[in-house]
Amino acid sequence: MEIGLTHYLIISAILFSLGMFGIVARKHAIMVLMGLELVLNAANINFIAFARFGGMNIEGHVAAIFVIILAAAEAAVALAIVLNIYQNFRHVNVDEVDQMRD
Amino acid sequence: MDLITIGFYFLAALTIVFGAIVVITKNIMHSAFSLLFTFAGIAGLYVLMQADFLAITQIMIYIGGILVLIIFGVMLTTHITGVDVRSGTLGKFQMIGAVMMMIVIAVSLIVVFMSTRWFLAESQPVEETAPQIGNLLLTKYLLAFEAASMLLLIAIVGAAFIARKHK
Amino acid sequence: MTHDAVLLLSIIILLTPLLSFLINVFFGGKLGKISGIIGTSILGIDFVMAIVVAFTKLVTYPDIHTIQTRFEWISLGPIKVVIGYGIDNIAAMMLIVVTLISFLVHLFSTEYMSDDRRYPKFYAYLGLFTFSMLGIVIANNFLLMYMFWELVGISSYLLIGFWYEKNSASNAGKKAFITNRIGDLGFFTGIMILYMTYGTFMFDEVFAGISSGVMPFNSPTFLTLAGIGIFLGAMGKSAQWPLHVWLPDAMEGPTPVSALIHAATMVAAGVYLVAKVFAMFTADALTFIAAIGTITAFVSATIAITQVDFKKVLAYSTVSQLGFMIMSLGVGGYTNGFFHLVTHAWFKAALFLAAGSVIHAMHHAMHHMHDHHTDPQDINNMGGLRKTMPWTYRTFLFVTLALSGVPLTSGFLSKDGLLAGTLAYANLTGGWHWIIPVMGFAAAGMTAFYMFRLTIVAFHGEPKTKIASHTHENKSVILIPLIVLSVLSLWFFYSPTPIDGSKGWVHRLVVQPASAVPAAYQWSFLLPEHAGEASPAMHAEGEGHEAAATEELHHEAQPAAHATTHAYLNKFQEESHHFHYIAMFLSVLIAGGAIGLAFMIYQYKVISADKLEARLKFLHTFSLNKWYFDELYQATVIAGTVALSKMLSWFDTYIVDGLVNLSAYITRGFSFITGLFDNHVIDGAVNLIANTTGFVGARLRKVQTGHIQTYLVFVLVGLLVLLYYFSINF
Repeated sequence: MEIGLTHYLIISAILFSLGMFGIVARKHAIMVLMGLELVLNAANINFIAFARFGGMNIEGHVAAIFVIILAAAEAAVALAIVLNIYQNFRHVNVDEVDQMRD
Repeated sequence: MDLITIGFYFLAALTIVFGAIVVITKNIMHSAFSLLFTFAGIAGLYVLMQADFLAITQIMIYIGGILVLIIFGVMLTTHITGVDVRSGTLGKFQMIGAVMMMIVIAVSLIVVFMSTRWFLAESQPVEETAPQIGNLLLTKYLLAFEAASMLLLIAIVGAAFIARKHK
Repeated sequence: MTHDAVLLLSIIILLTPLLSFLINVFFGGKLGKISGIIGTSILGIDFVMAIVVAFTKLVTYPDIHTIQTRFEWISLGPIKVVIGYGIDNIAAMMLIVVTLISFLVHLFSTEYMSDDRRYPKFYAYLGLFTFSMLGIVIANNFLLMYMFWELVGISSYLLIGFWYEKNSASNAGKKAFITNRIGDLGFFTGIMILYMTYGTFMFDEVFAGISSGVMPFNSPTFLTLAGIGIFLGAMGKSAQWPLHVWLPDAMEGPTPVSALIHAATMVAAGVYLVAKVFAMFTADALTFIAAIGTITAFVSATIAITQVDFKKVLAYSTVSQLGFMIMSLGVGGYTNGFFHLVTHAWFKAALFLAAGSVIHAMHHAMHHMHDHHTDPQDINNMGGLRKTMPWTYRTFLFVTLALSGVPLTSGFLSKDGLLAGTLAYANLTGGWHWIIPVMGFAAAGMTAFYMFRLTIVAFHGEPKTKIASHTHENKSVILIPLIVLSVLSLWFFYSPTPIDGSKGWVHRLVVQPASAVPAAYQWSFLLPEHAGEASPAMHAEGEGHEAAATEELHHEAQPAAHATTHAYLNKFQEESHHFHYIAMFLSVLIAGGAIGLAFMIYQYKVISADKLEARLKFLHTFSLNKWYFDELYQATVIAGTVALSKMLSWFDTYIVDGLVNLSAYITRGFSFITGLFDNHVIDGAVNLIANTTGFVGARLRKVQTGHIQTYLVFVLVGLLVLLYYFSINF
C-alpha cells in the first residue's frame, strides 16, 4: 500500500495521544510542556499532510508556520511561569500548585 | 517496498518510539533528549511530504530553540546534584485511568481517520515552498503575520518580566 | 575616477561615521579618552574622502547632473520601492561642509568636553549625527531622505539633551523633537501625495512625472500643497517661523553641538531639501516659501538685538540667516540661497566655536575662583575679553564682519547676491512683494547691529566682572578650528573679485535646475528662456531610464539641463544682475550704518543704551521676550489642549454624571416600591432556589480541584463525546 494521507494521520493521532498522556499523567511542569509540544507537532503533521495530499497546498504550510510561532511564544512564556513557580514553591509539580482553587 | 516507504516507516517508528519515551521515562533529562529525536523524525516526515521549508523551520525552531529552552528550564528548576531529576507521576489508580484514556483517544482518532472518506487532491508537482510561503505571508496573511510578530514581541517582554528575580 | 568609484567612495563616506558611532557606543566605556581620538581621526579620513569625491564631481564631471545609482528595495506585487543615492553638485559641496565642520567640532570637543563624564557617549552621538546628516546629503529619493531626516531628529534630540541632568536641557531636547515632528508631519503628507500620484520616491522620476503634466488628484492645488507639505518639513528642521522656537532653546546642548547642528548642518538640511526638490515647487508654493523666509529673517533679527545670552544671540542670528536662505530660494534665487548656506555654514560654525571658546574660558575662570552662580553665557558678565583671549577675539571679529556682510568676506558675496535676487523678484512681480526686499534689507542691517553689539559688549571695554578679567586664552586644539573656519570666510575661496559672487565657481557649478512644473503654474521669469528645447530633453532621458531602473545597481548620468556657463538661464538672473550694484550699494550702506550705530551706542556711548531702551520700552520688552512666541504657544496650543480637556472633564462631571444621577434617583424611587414586593414575595422563592443551588454546589465543588490536569481530563472527555457524536451522525 502506497504511503498516503491516512498513514500520516495515524502517526499524528498516536503522537497526539502520547502528548495528551504526558500532559495528564505527569506531575513535572516541564514534562507537561513537552507533552504539549508533542500535541502541537501532531497538529502540524496533520496540516502538512493535508497540504500534501488534501489539496490544502501552500496554505497548510503557512498554518503550520503560525503554529510554530505560537509554540515558540508559548514555550517562552510557559518556561518563565515555571521559573516563577519554582521561585515561589521550590518545586514545579503542577498537582501541588492548586492555589487557584480557593 | 521502495525507498520512500522504508524511509516513512523508519521515521514513523523513530517519531513514535521516542515520543513514547518522552512521556514514559522517569528521568526528565532523558525525556528532553528523546524529544530531540521525535522532532528530528517529524522533520524527516516533513521532507517526505515535500515541505522543505517547514522541515528546516522544524529543526531550527523546535530543536534549536524550544528544546534548548526546555533543557534550560529543566536545569534551572531541578536539583541537578540531588536526586530530584526524576519527575513523579500519579498514583497507580490514576495511572491506569490515564493509560486507558490515552488508548481510547488514540483508537477513536485512528478509527475516525481511517473511516472518513477524505477528499484527495491530485498530487502536486514538487516545488520549492519558501518563495510561495513568503509571498502568502506578505500578501494574504499579512495581518496574521504582523499579529504574530506582535505576539512574539509581547511573549518576549512578558517572559522576561515574569521570570525576573523578584526583590 | 569612474562613476562607480565616486559612488563607492561616497557610500564609504556615509558609513564611516556610523562606524565611529558603533565603536564608541559599544566600547566607549573601555576606550575613555581614546574615543575622542578615534572619532576625530575617522572624521578626518572622512573629510579627505569627501574632498576627493567633491573635486571629482565638481572638476571632472561638472556637467553631469547627478551621478547616481538606484536599486529595488521592496517589491510586493505591484508595489515597488526603488531607492538609491547620488552625488550632484550641491551634494558634493555639502559633503565637504558637513565632514569638515563635523571634523573640526570633533577636534574642538576633545578639549571642550574633556571634563565630561559621558565623553565617549558624546562622540558616539556626534558620529550618529554625522552619519544621518551625510545620509540626507546623498539621498536621491524622498524615502531615504525622510529616514535620515528622522535620524537627524533623534540624534539632535540626544545631543541637545546631552546634559539631561539639567531639567532645561532635557526639556529643550523634547521641544526640539516635538516641534520638528510637527513639520515632519507635513513632509510625510507631501511625500505621500507624490507617491500616490507618481508611484515612486525618486526625485528625478517625480520631476519627470510633474513635467509630463500629471497632477496629484488632477489639480495643481495639490501639487502646491505637496510642495508646501515638504517645505513644512524644511521649516521644522531649518527653524523657520512659526516653528523656530526650538532652536534658541536647543542652545542648552554643549556648544560644539550648537556649532555642528544648529549652525552648519542640521538646520541647513531644510534649506538643502528645498534646494534639492526646487524643481517641483509651483509659483504659489514659492510665494509661501518666500513669505515664511522673510518673516523668519525679520522677526528673529529683531529678537536677537536684545538678547543677553551669548549663544542665544547667535541662535537667533542663525534663525535669521536661515530665513534669508529660504527667502532667497522662495524668490527663485536658487544659487544665491545655496551659496549663502555654504558661506554661512563656515562663519556661523566659527562664531559658535568662538562662543564655546569664551564659555570654556569663563567656566575655567569661575572654577578657579570657586564661583558657581554667575551665568558664564551672559554677555553682561564679560567685557574686555579682547585682551585676555586675543585669538578668539580676532577670529570672532573677522567672522562677525563676514556675517554682517562687509566687503572682502564671503558673507558679503552671498548676502549681496541674495538681496539683489529679492529686488529682482519684487521688480518682476510687483505689488506687495516689495515688502520682501524691504524686510530683507532691514534684517541685514539688524544683523550687522546685533553682531557688533555682541562683539563690543563681550570683547571690548573693561571687564565687567572679576571672572572676565581672569579668563585665559584656550589651548590650540580649540583655536585651530576657529582659525580654519575664519580663513574659509575670505572672499577668494569663492570668487575672483571681492564684489561679485556671480563671477565665482559657485555660480558656475550650482546651476538652477529647470522647473518641472508646467508653465501655467510657474512664474514665467523662472522658466528657461528656450524652454522648448532644453527641458523636455532632460525628462525624456529620465523616462528612458525608468525601464532599465529595475535592474540592480544601474548607474546613470543625466546630462545637465543647461551646461552653458555664461548665458543667462532665465529672466530672473538677468534681472538680479541688473540689481546687483544697487543691492551692493544699499547693503554696504546699511551694514556700515548699523555697525556705526552699534559703536556709538556700546563702544563710545554717545547714545545711551539705557535711555534708548527706556524710550522704546514697548519694543524692547517685546523683543526681549521673543515676541512672546513661547507664551503665545503656551496660551493657545498648550493651554487650548488643557482647556479642552478641562471642558470635557466638566461635561463629564456635571452633564453626564448629572444625567446618570437623575436616572439613578428615579430608579431608586421605583426600587423602593418594588423592593417591598421583592422582600416578601420573591425572596421566599429565591431563597428556596438558592438553598438548592448551594446544596448542589457544595457537592460539585469537589470537582473543582484546582489541578490543571483534572480539568484537562474533562476537556478530553468532552472531545471524545463530540468525536463520537459526529461520527455517529455522519
